[in-house]
Amino acid sequence: MAKRIEAENVTAYYGGFKAIENISLTVEPKTVTALIGPSGCGKSTFLRSINRMHEVLPGARVEGSLTIDDQDIYQRDVDVTAVRRMIGMVFQRPNPFPTMSIFDNVVAGLRLNGVRKKSILEEAAERALRSANLWDEVKDRLGKPGAGLSGGQQQRLCIARTIAVEPQVVLMDEPCSALDPISTLAIEDLMFQLKDKFTIIIVTHNMQQAARVSDRTAFFSIEKTGDPGRLIEYDNTQKIFSNPSVKKTEDYITGRFG
Amino acid sequence: MGESPHRSANAGTGGTNVTESREWPAGASARVAEAPVSTRTPEGPGLGGGGALPRARAFGAERAFRGLTLAAGTAVLVVIAAIAVFLVAKALPALRANTENFWTFEGWFPNDPEPKFGIGALAFGTVLSSVIALLLAVPVALGIALYLSHYAPRRVGTTLGFLIDLLAAVPSVVFGLWGRDYFSGPVADLSAWLNRYFGWIPLFGGDGPFGASILLGALVLAIMVLPIITSLSREVFLQTPTANEEAALALGATRWEMIRTAVLPYGRPGIVAAVMLGLGRALGETIALALTLGITFGISVNLIENGGNTIAANIANAFGEANDTGRGALIASGLVLFAITLIVNITARAIIHRRREFTESAA
Repeated sequence: MAKRIEAENVTAYYGGFKAIENISLTVEPKTVTALIGPSGCGKSTFLRSINRMHEVLPGARVEGSLTIDDQDIYQRDVDVTAVRRMIGMVFQRPNPFPTMSIFDNVVAGLRLNGVRKKSILEEAAERALRSANLWDEVKDRLGKPGAGLSGGQQQRLCIARTIAVEPQVVLMDEPCSALDPISTLAIEDLMFQLKDKFTIIIVTHNMQQAARVSDRTAFFSIEKTGDPGRLIEYDNTQKIFSNPSVKKTEDYITGRFG
Repeated sequence: MGESPHRSANAGTGGTNVTESREWPAGASARVAEAPVSTRTPEGPGLGGGGALPRARAFGAERAFRGLTLAAGTAVLVVIAAIAVFLVAKALPALRANTENFWTFEGWFPNDPEPKFGIGALAFGTVLSSVIALLLAVPVALGIALYLSHYAPRRVGTTLGFLIDLLAAVPSVVFGLWGRDYFSGPVADLSAWLNRYFGWIPLFGGDGPFGASILLGALVLAIMVLPIITSLSREVFLQTPTANEEAALALGATRWEMIRTAVLPYGRPGIVAAVMLGLGRALGETIALALTLGITFGISVNLIENGGNTIAANIANAFGEANDTGRGALIASGLVLFAITLIVNITARAIIHRRREFTESAA
């Protein structure tokens, strides 16, 4: 249940503004890949173009090719909803559906895909919540509102909701930036467990986090404000953080800019 | 409210104040004029204090404003109480003079020497025409609102939204005249058609004449409440957090599924409120129904035959030639309308609050 992602010359626009240009990289199955770089360098834009969420915004479009196990997801006849079911996404701020209970939140994706049978839903909810390390905390109050949980619990609830539909790839857009250190640790632990089953790509501003959780790291940067973001360096995380081959990467990770 | 003398007295106690600049040498105030951004001056401490803490003001703008808002709030209660007292005082003598049962008698002859009048048919007609108007208007209004908020290109959405708001500004007498003089023709044809094919349903039974019926009144009402419901629910739909919409899309929802998962549940209390406001307008609508309905005083579920009446329309039609008892009777009917509206509002609040646990944590 994990697939290889190949991006080739991906260029993304917001209306007339070119946000990223010619990004090419390959992500191996069952790995954690971190995207790092200064604000506005296009990490999130690139992440959102992997599950075609970029084009949700008015005027936004993507050029180039993105293949998942040799299937181009930007081909004309591809069903967008199928792409998004295959590539799940966790957002920066926890966003459980406010009107739904914890249980309904977890199975929302399954219900959208037509699963109605209660026993299947219950089983899937328990499995997803266990995988998200949340089951013990919420098993006695599955009927309570999801929005009543703490921030860290909400984010794990969102992860449970994402993995309940059993995607191939999980994208995480700064999943810990709104959380305290303990909740962050819980989510990082979770990423280690999840990579047994899923390919994970995470955008983060926290370089220690990138160093801790990822196998590979991609460094994005921009020349100046208004320029499109580019991929500067992409390598094993250990290499990026100990001996980067590009000067700019070294400047960034040692805190000299950005 | 006596605060300006107090303020200048306060300025002397050391807490800096705007009025203090009066005591400065001319050069200092010139300096202040050059650099108005900084409140710190060479002569004294900044706004953050430094000197002895000044005493809290006994009378200030804060207190005055609080008093004003309290007065405004109280005024509403006083006005409502005064209206209620007036209505009850006027209605009671007429109700005592009534020689028939006020609740069950089907007819309205309060000006006779032996006054006979009953509210049943009027109340029934009021509720029936409003409910049918809502049944017709709500699905259309929600459809328009969703189209404007989530489907239409931005420019189309803005233009169309503007046009719909314009519909709300048309006076109801115009709707009434249009309904009576133009729209009644098509509605009569529709009624005849309904009668031919669905005449076995009591709603569409009878043998005419058709036209000036509950159906016509409800259709005109539906058009009138459409803009309220549309623009309110559109606002509500637009307030759905983008994060929730994206969450649904990222799970593989189509746009309609996203609306069902994120937008509609989030907007539910708002939709209920919009519908209830529409119902409030429909229940109280006077002149449009006075012009379109056939004015009868019987309880009937027949929608297409000439007839129907409502409390408000009856007041408009009968007030001119009413004597004292007649006016009292009409005021009593107004009280009943008031009670119906109250029940509707309480029900709406109950619906909104039923799942408060969920809607509150949504905020």
